[in-house]
Amino acid sequence: MIDALLQATVNGLIAGTILAVPAIGFSAIFAVLNYPNFAIGALAAVGAYAGWLANARFGWPLEASLVAAFAGAAAAGLAAERLAMRPLEPAGALMMAIASLAAGLVLENLIRLAFGNDPRGYALPLARDLVVGGLRVGPQQLRNLGIALAIMAAVWAFLRWTRTGRAMRAVADNRDLARLRGIDPERVAMTTVAVGAGLAGFGGLLVGVDTAAEPVMGQRLVLSIFAAAVLGGLGSIPGAVAGALAIGIVEEWSVLLLNPAYRTAIAFAVILAVLTVRPAGLFGTRAD
Amino acid sequence: MENYLVAIGVTAGLYALLAQSVTLAWGMTGLVNLGLAGFWAIGAYASAMATVQGGAPVPAGALLAVVAGAAAGLVVTVSTLRLRDDYLAIVTLGFAEVVRLVASNEIWLTNGTDGISRIPGLFARTPPLSFNLSWLAVVTALVVAVWWALRRLSASPWGRALRAIREDPVVAAVAGKPVVRMKAEAFAISAAIAALSGALYGHFNAFVAPDLFLPLVTIYVFLAVTAGGNGRASGAVAGAYLLVAFLEATRFAAHALPGATPLQAAALREIAVGVALIVVLRFRPQGLFPERNQKAPA
Repeated sequence: MIDALLQATVNGLIAGTILAVPAIGFSAIFAVLNYPNFAIGALAAVGAYAGWLANARFGWPLEASLVAAFAGAAAAGLAAERLAMRPLEPAGALMMAIASLAAGLVLENLIRLAFGNDPRGYALPLARDLVVGGLRVGPQQLRNLGIALAIMAAVWAFLRWTRTGRAMRAVADNRDLARLRGIDPERVAMTTVAVGAGLAGFGGLLVGVDTAAEPVMGQRLVLSIFAAAVLGGLGSIPGAVAGALAIGIVEEWSVLLLNPAYRTAIAFAVILAVLTVRPAGLFGTRAD
Repeated sequence: MENYLVAIGVTAGLYALLAQSVTLAWGMTGLVNLGLAGFWAIGAYASAMATVQGGAPVPAGALLAVVAGAAAGLVVTVSTLRLRDDYLAIVTLGFAEVVRLVASNEIWLTNGTDGISRIPGLFARTPPLSFNLSWLAVVTALVVAVWWALRRLSASPWGRALRAIREDPVVAAVAGKPVVRMKAEAFAISAAIAALSGALYGHFNAFVAPDLFLPLVTIYVFLAVTAGGNGRASGAVAGAYLLVAFLEATRFAAHALPGATPLQAAALREIAVGVALIVVLRFRPQGLFPERNQKAPA
């Protein structure tokens, strides 16, 4: 039992680290543009397919395919933002959220139109699991973990040290003050959408490597992303990371007790519990 | 052909009930229920289980569905109504997903993905035309009844307060309106209307299964409500009939496409629905029947 629990914790930490990548994207878009982008799941699927095309069709190595996943999802995210969500900004966050749901539907079905419903596997060598002290870990899992950690480090450095990253934080913190300081909110918004959607694309690739790329993968992923972001506090980037780790672990633990199909139901239960007890989440400030 | 048209008329009436549910919550109160398909499913399953497994008569099943829908509406809103409106959107979206998971996996209760079949149909199923016509009469009567009730509610002090909450909850609260309670009431009634539609759907088609209650249904209804005009019950009803005409038209158009597989045709159809919603939101958000300003009572 202890072994099973430890194994589930290790799996959960790895899954949570991967989940943190799209959750950061969702939270960043919420922080700067101030609406929940429900297309985030479909954008992850776009990234998974862009990465799959690069890796399995064109034979790129996995690290190079990451660039394709980021670029594909960022382009799709920008197109959706420009055509569907941005024009509705005067109508309010809820209208933008509804438009993003419609945009997600369109993206998911564009994938289905082009590639069909069958799962697409990446072209990666199979490798035997490593066994360390009774715990099993796949070498590919470790590689994914390394990629996810590197992405997070890059995001952190980008937000901390680059002009654009600091402008993003300024707008998220206080839009009007940022404008007074001469930051162009439109440019910051578009950069955030590109980076946020690109992070979702990274997440899609990592999930696709672990299982396969499928049109419905976004729908499966989206509740866990929301749960991570809400648990951490909507709009908080460190919160999204902490929330994703917690969701990853709790989802894996739940499999020990419940039907694995209920994994996403756990995410929903966490959302309800957090909103009831501490709506601002672990690190958030605004919920009203 | 008549039979097909009458059956389409019944389906359109069921969508009109869903659209009125959205009008009450979203159009009048400003609450976005992205889990509409979940409340539809709860109504369908409650009534199907009561009549098939419990042997209850159909009206009793429908009544149970309404109660179950309202109760689910209260549960979903209880933790979110004090928060920013987008939290409710996130929670309801997740709620619909969980309803579908439970319906698929609790086989002892719902028969899993096989669904529940042989649901009693209120009227004799043969001959089909008279069955469909009887249903058309029942559903249309309910659409008119709900439409009339919503109009009355909308004109009442309660409806006026709801619109005040939609426009500015803080001002409404300062004016002494119990904002959270009124939002909860509106959402529960709206969920009950969706559940009623779901119950009727199950009895009319004799079959319910988890795959019938996809999130796509919610997007369909939001398209109907936005196209018709989200602030008025008349707009929602008109939008629902337009939606069903649009869906049937794209069904035929998809068949006529040369070289598309059925899967591609289905994907194109869903793309058309998504694009239509984006276009209407952007270019005619007030819909065909814009909300009218009401005169202040003298």
